[in-house]
Amino acid sequence: MFKILKYSFYDLMRSSWSYVYFLFYLGLGSVLLFLNNDVSKAVITLMNIIVVLTPLIGTIFGVMYYYNSREFTELLLAQPLKRSTIFIGQYLGVAISLAMSLVIGLGIPFFAYGLLQSTEIFNFLSLIIVGTFLTFIFTALAFNIALSNENKIKGFGYAILLWLFLAVIYDGLFLISLVVFQDYPLDKLSLTATMFNPIDLSRILILLKLDISALLGYTGAIFQQFFGTNLGMISSLAALLIWVIFPVYRIYKKSAKKDF
Amino acid sequence: MIEIKNLHKKFGKVEVLKDLNLSISSKATNGAIFAVLGPNGSGKTTLIKSILGMVIPNQGQIEINGQSVLKKYHYRNDINYLPQIANFPSNLSVKELIKMVKNLRPKPASDKNFIQLFGLEPFLDKKLGNLSGGTKQKVNILLTFMFDCELIILDEPTTGLDPLSLINLKKIIIAEKQKGKTILITSHIMSFVEEMADEIVFLLDGKIYFKGTLDAIKKETQQTDLAHAIATILTKEHV
Repeated sequence: MFKILKYSFYDLMRSSWSYVYFLFYLGLGSVLLFLNNDVSKAVITLMNIIVVLTPLIGTIFGVMYYYNSREFTELLLAQPLKRSTIFIGQYLGVAISLAMSLVIGLGIPFFAYGLLQSTEIFNFLSLIIVGTFLTFIFTALAFNIALSNENKIKGFGYAILLWLFLAVIYDGLFLISLVVFQDYPLDKLSLTATMFNPIDLSRILILLKLDISALLGYTGAIFQQFFGTNLGMISSLAALLIWVIFPVYRIYKKSAKKDF
Repeated sequence: MIEIKNLHKKFGKVEVLKDLNLSISSKATNGAIFAVLGPNGSGKTTLIKSILGMVIPNQGQIEINGQSVLKKYHYRNDINYLPQIANFPSNLSVKELIKMVKNLRPKPASDKNFIQLFGLEPFLDKKLGNLSGGTKQKVNILLTFMFDCELIILDEPTTGLDPLSLINLKKIIIAEKQKGKTILITSHIMSFVEEMADEIVFLLDGKIYFKGTLDAIKKETQQTDLAHAIATILTKEHV
């Protein structure tokens, strides 16, 4: 698996897209920190960008990489390798290279700003952790979609729809349901609903860490009330972890049965 | 060498292989070239991919040297496979790709001879994404033949090759045969098949319609060349 991972990783590290992605975070981080001069505000702005952008990039790169490397995958399938080795290796190659662009791209400006001397380091870390989780989750989801759809256009369509649904539509539906059912107790519903959306989970995780109750929103407030800050963070992290494990397991299962 | 029994494969509602039985073995140590022929959609590629474990059959058995290969992967170490379309990661160089495939297979490789034969030296440091179709196919052929394996499977090997490389390819195939290898080839170019193959396996509607020597198929259809013999079978079947 590490051999496949290594080559997928090298392959992506040399594509200009990885650099564009890296430079984007580098530029964004620098601008926000050095023009704003407020780490806390920079973290919040970055969070708003990261929770939307990492899923989008993870989804698109995941789907694109899978479809682009189809013939190469066939070449690998003819080698004495286990199927799960090939696909999990490729998945990790994509996810790790994307996560590295994020971590290094944001890490450089933050360290240049003197992050180590400030107390904000943990806020920054939670941002990085969430971004990495989202990258791993959405790349895995993208691989799942691509594995289930032979048709490229369909695969791309579903992947974008999934992102749009979780990043935008989900919140809308959630709000509408809160308005419609406002006469009923909604704590449990909103808690569960949050668990089913990794983007919401990540947002809450960071906001709990930053402890800005005004920005928490309804779900966040309930989350904090229900779990308290620490337990809330641990449970949302655990939920994110499940969000990684489940799609990866499905890649494993699906790839074993697929015809090429 | 290869024993296929009652092989069934469906893609959705389309039944591609219907109870296919096939036994392929080269006599003694002579080596042999088997051409798998058939009209488009007759299941040639599906058959080959089933042997390689890339397509998972719904039913049936595939044995190589007496051992079932379904759901296994180690056996592929003893098969060389040339896929139909050559497409590689565009950001790797030719050299790196060769190194990688060597790295994935724990056996000695003779890549140097083939690099020389196909004149690939100037391309070694080029990215695979910048190569022409024919050069990619040469790399593909190099990757296939650099290992020493008992069984060689070639899916449309002539695609995109210039005449010189085609001659080289034929030489390689004949040399491999003389080493006692079993070689399976699919091709639509009948002159190539006629020149190379010892035996024909003719697939029609997911079954083996004919298996035998070139002479036998010509005799059976009362034709003098292979292309017409195949055409005769097809028109007879479809009337």
